[in-house]
Amino acid sequence: MSDFRRIIAKRKRQDFVFNIIGIVCTLVGILTLGALLVDLLVDGLPRLSLTFLSSFPSRFAEQAGILSSWVGTILIMIVTACAAVPLGVAAGVYLEEYARKNWLTNLIEINIANLAGVPSIIYGLMALGLLVYQFRLGQSVLTGGLTLAFLILPIVIVATREALRTIPQGIREAAYALGSTKWQVVRHHLLPYSVGGTMTGIIIALSRAIGETAPLITIGALTFIAFLPPPPVQAQPPFISFGWIWSPFSVLPIQMFNWVSRPDQAFAVNAAAAGLVLIVVTLSLNAIAILIRYRVRKRIKW
Amino acid sequence: METDWGLAAEETLRPSPRPKVTAARRLSYLKERAIESLLLFAAFSSVAITLGIVSILIYESSTFFAHVSLREFFTDTLWTPLFASPRFGILPLVMGTLVTTAVALVVALPIGTVVAVYLSEFAPPSVREIIKPALELLSAVPTVVYGYFALQFMSPLLQKIIPGLPTFNMLSAGVVMGIMIIPYVSSLSEDAMRAVPMSLREGAYALGANRIITALKVVYPAALSGIVASYILAISRAIGETMIVAIAAGMQPNLTLDPREPAATITAFIVQVSLGDLPHGSIGYQSIFAAGMTLFVMTLVFNILGYMLRKRFREVY
Repeated sequence: MSDFRRIIAKRKRQDFVFNIIGIVCTLVGILTLGALLVDLLVDGLPRLSLTFLSSFPSRFAEQAGILSSWVGTILIMIVTACAAVPLGVAAGVYLEEYARKNWLTNLIEINIANLAGVPSIIYGLMALGLLVYQFRLGQSVLTGGLTLAFLILPIVIVATREALRTIPQGIREAAYALGSTKWQVVRHHLLPYSVGGTMTGIIIALSRAIGETAPLITIGALTFIAFLPPPPVQAQPPFISFGWIWSPFSVLPIQMFNWVSRPDQAFAVNAAAAGLVLIVVTLSLNAIAILIRYRVRKRIKW
Repeated sequence: METDWGLAAEETLRPSPRPKVTAARRLSYLKERAIESLLLFAAFSSVAITLGIVSILIYESSTFFAHVSLREFFTDTLWTPLFASPRFGILPLVMGTLVTTAVALVVALPIGTVVAVYLSEFAPPSVREIIKPALELLSAVPTVVYGYFALQFMSPLLQKIIPGLPTFNMLSAGVVMGIMIIPYVSSLSEDAMRAVPMSLREGAYALGANRIITALKVVYPAALSGIVASYILAISRAIGETMIVAIAAGMQPNLTLDPREPAATITAFIVQVSLGDLPHGSIGYQSIFAAGMTLFVMTLVFNILGYMLRKRFREVY
């Protein structure tokens, strides 16, 4: 009997020990995230000010700012969203609702799974060879936006499909029974009901695109840019201008990279401040996505 | 009443007489077809992207390989494409990539697996609900920020432990990269373990196993297919990771197995060349496509390997 007790005690001890190991390992991740945030805050927060946000980069670390790079990031994101969201949602709808089981569908599905595993810098090389030199789009906002759109397309497609998959079949059948065409079912029912899940995916994809650096460096984004693209709104007719999509650009992560790779420690402080802006934007986008997912899950009960 | 109910039911179910094919109806049909083709076009765009990637890589690196023999590319131990007397041996870059990847995996695979086992088998649900999204934030942090962290935080920290460690080294880049990919391993592995049916665990408990034995001897093997998939994803991420190594591992090609030394990876080399102003069509310009091709093939090999392993270890319940 005492043998038996000893074995039980030993097994309980094993469980306890692993429990500790598990908690420690989990903490490694959480604490690193914490250390990273604290490190950025300590180094960068004193540097963060309105002048930092509204100044162009400069040779002098104290005068340098991130105006051209955050404007560039926003412009790039507009192009990326305009390209990736319609294309990705349409592709997701096709694969989930329209596609027949045939070799073409199979090919597309395998292809999307593989695209997600392609390193981001490869997309940059593709954009450099294809968009910059073959299509002659130049090293412009348009090229940068499209490059990132290609990159996040698989994420948007997969998110759309997963959101559509959660809608019960009965909804579709009810709409068909009332005489809807397939597109009417999609347009009036499936898209509105799946908007929460799709939005979550889109926001996560965009937050990934905001932090992407390598593909934009590869297509030749500038690291030092001391002017803003032409504004999209003009005083004289036709009031709206698309001149900005042809403008050269820099983005926040590239500006940060430029500062990190300088030996002067004063620029490292700038890099920390830029990184702080970047991480606040990406983490809040992720928080918004988690919030939307949580609310959708709570609200919708089929 | 002697009615044949079956027949009557059929009567009511019979479709109303086919309506005349009006112009409006034809238009609506055409619209449906047009929309379907448009959606198919959108879905096909992903295939077009792949075709674009493969054809550009082949096209640009074929002109590179017209100048440089495959033999030199794979056997030369020097990579100096921008020098006056250029040498084109990809080995140092491949080695840099493999060493940083290995360091990252040494960090990410054990920690990620233990976290997955802990979250799936040990942690109370309330803890899991908080920890899992928190860990996933690790993969949401932009990689350039990790690069800064590796150079400004991890390197000085490791220099205290390992005296004589240079500021730029593969070790700190690899360690930070490993921490970045922990959530890829832990989240996907945890999903796979949680998908293992409860009856298997109950069977093990009934035989007197404790939680850790059940997790390691029953759940882990049963979920191996999904766990391997997460490992492979982690490997491809580590191979293709760019900014961390470009910032913290140094920019000099260096054929070494020692992670304490600085060395450029394939991705760091591409970044370095892109930052300069190389004329389109020069050998330096083409060399980044040859390097990119190598990288693409490496990740492809791992993806195919992952696919095969997944099939090999698949358990169906």
